[in-house]
Amino acid sequence: MRLDLIQPFINAADAVLAQSLACTTRVSTVSMEEQIYRRRGIAAIVTMKGDIEGRIVFDLDSATAVRVASALAGSELPESDGMVHETICELANQVIGNAITTLNDQGFHFRVQPPQVHTAELGLGSSEDTEALVMCFDTPSGSVFMNIALRFPKFNA
Amino acid sequence: MEQVAALLRSKDRQPIRFLVVDDSIFARKNLSKMVEAFGGRVAGEAGDGCTAITEYSRTLPDIVLMDIIMPNMEGIEAADRIMRMHPQARIVMVSSVGFQENIIAALQKGARHFVQKPVKPEILYDVIKYVMGEDVTTTIEVATGAAL
Repeated sequence: MRLDLIQPFINAADAVLAQSLACTTRVSTVSMEEQIYRRRGIAAIVTMKGDIEGRIVFDLDSATAVRVASALAGSELPESDGMVHETICELANQVIGNAITTLNDQGFHFRVQPPQVHTAELGLGSSEDTEALVMCFDTPSGSVFMNIALRFPKFNA
Repeated sequence: MEQVAALLRSKDRQPIRFLVVDDSIFARKNLSKMVEAFGGRVAGEAGDGCTAITEYSRTLPDIVLMDIIMPNMEGIEAADRIMRMHPQARIVMVSSVGFQENIIAALQKGARHFVQKPVKPEILYDVIKYVMGEDVTTTIEVATGAAL
């Protein structure tokens, strides 16, 4: 895994979560995903194509997602509220947008699709050319997981 | 709560009218809350570039807040089309994707400014004042939330 290419995602998640939730965050765990990815709760997925390809899943357990969405909405939201999913998608969009801004300015070119609510229970794991990394950010609202499965065709060619 | 002076159109001292374009309902809602806290009014919303073009012609807003990555038609192309039809349009790109190529492309199509997400209210406020130029005036102070 090219950690220098992963670092912008970590920095962006840290910055966006800290600013959006007006708090300090901490990366508590970073690990390679050996198993097939299993969704924890409410998740948003963003796919990318180009010099860097793959997908990133932004995943929160349901209670944390509700707390985060309620904090950002300024009022308590029920779990069933569509705004909870919308909020998680937009947070994912902001994290990934900020990360690819950094990477693009470093010379990597790729396109991202708008984030989508991820409903599948299982997703990609690591493979020969697609490495998956999962990291956990601790926030006062709970843990936010970012699961990154990327491959770098520019470097593997 | 932070106090800021409400922004009004200098020609008639009416609220600045905004078209908010973003595929995220959450983002539209947050941007709407911010501009309303500045004394503005949301004249319309759109969730993609195609709708933004028709909504612009329908509402003729003072400022468009335009996301970049959207389904159907992205924000830079929508900005280009709006500027061709309405050269006086004031378009501010608001996106998490802020790399130089995108910003330059948007400015070349006629966008007046770029604001990176997550949007800080004080930055958006200053950008609105800058983009409105002599067409904006300020009035009594209103309260605005800081954590949008």
